[in-house]
Amino acid sequence: MKTRHKRLAIIITGVVGLTVAGLFVLNAFRSNLVFFYSPTEVLEGKVNIPAGKTIRIGGLVEKGSVRRSPDGLKVDFVVTDLNKKLPVHFEGILPDLFREGQGVVAQGKLQSGNNFVASEVLAKHDEKYMPPEAAQALKGGTFAPGEEKKRP
Amino acid sequence: MQYLHKYASPKFFYVFAGKLTPWLAALTVLLLAAGLYLGLFIAPADYQQGESYRIMFIHVPAAWMSMFIYACMAGAGAIALVWNVKLFEMFAANCAPVGASFTFLALATGSLWGKPMWGAWWAWDARLTSELILFFLYIGYMSLEASIDDPRRAARAAAIVALVGVVNIPVIHFSVEWWNTLHQPASVSKMGTPSIHPSMLAPLLLMAVGFTVYFFTVALMRMRNEILERERHTTWVAQLLENES
Amino acid sequence: MGGYGFYVWSSYGLALLVLLLNLYLPLRRRKTVRRLLHEFLRLKRSLQPGSE
Repeated sequence: MKTRHKRLAIIITGVVGLTVAGLFVLNAFRSNLVFFYSPTEVLEGKVNIPAGKTIRIGGLVEKGSVRRSPDGLKVDFVVTDLNKKLPVHFEGILPDLFREGQGVVAQGKLQSGNNFVASEVLAKHDEKYMPPEAAQALKGGTFAPGEEKKRP
Repeated sequence: MQYLHKYASPKFFYVFAGKLTPWLAALTVLLLAAGLYLGLFIAPADYQQGESYRIMFIHVPAAWMSMFIYACMAGAGAIALVWNVKLFEMFAANCAPVGASFTFLALATGSLWGKPMWGAWWAWDARLTSELILFFLYIGYMSLEASIDDPRRAARAAAIVALVGVVNIPVIHFSVEWWNTLHQPASVSKMGTPSIHPSMLAPLLLMAVGFTVYFFTVALMRMRNEILERERHTTWVAQLLENES
Repeated sequence: MGGYGFYVWSSYGLALLVLLLNLYLPLRRRKTVRRLLHEFLRLKRSLQPGSE
């Protein structure tokens, strides 16, 4: 075996070994790397959340569940993962993409009675990009000009 | 392998790169102009994000480049380690600053996009964190390379660091699938059709190819400088400069 | 830009800055390297006896 080939073999083994080791380590930490929990995980007690600990929950804002206070600063809504529902209370400014039926990540504390009081609400969007006309066509609805300007 | 050494001879490469650079530069200008025109004037607003999604035409190509350049750097480093090709050492070393600046661009534009859409400049989710680690890998590579005086030894040590860091590349790519992240999954992937409208995909791909050609343009420019510097004692450099003056 | 002008134009501005900087640095380096090499060669010639 030439030194050169030996060196190549060492490098390949090294890179493959490190990659595998790294992925194993990451896999072990997998549960700790979660950015948010789903309502099902929280409500069915699949994850152990100590009382009073700040956590993040994520899911979809249930359609028709958003209720704002008259001054617009307090908002109540329901986060769902299409299996379990978790009511959320939040006081503050919501991001532009916060909409019914859209993804959301809320950071806060779980109160007794399975209420969630959020201190921060982040909007989560999907990976789809298209013009409003195409979105309308996908929904099967007819596209009305000017519709795309109506943004909450 | 004698071919590798012939075409990788510094003299041959210097002349060849000199001829290639203006063409690559022209191609970069064309691609980026077409991409910007389609992206800013032709592509319609997004159905959810309105006009803000246009940051994607910078953010996504920059993020792709940050990973592509790292892979180039590590690959060239490995070739240089095994076959002792000086040219690949120089290529690897000159990848780093360009790659680091694209990583910075991806992080900064991501922040500028995250604030209006997500409602936060930064979140410690797996995608954002692994991209930040990539930035530090570039910085680590460059500081190690600069801290060793002998260029051959510096290249060897830096190549090993680059190879160790390669593990981060698949982590960045798959982070959005492996973990719950705030960042959305990939819109364009080899498997399946992209979940992005053709009128928006065209400028995105043009910008990505434009950035790639740009990277090779500046990498060749950097390598030509380094070749002249390293080969200053040779007769061909002396002849070259004499013919010029 | 539908109210997002600041975010969009900052992104494009940053991109322009990064692209120009990466172009300017090798051009400046090239100038320096050439100047130093010309000096280096002149010095080398002047040290060789019998030349010129």
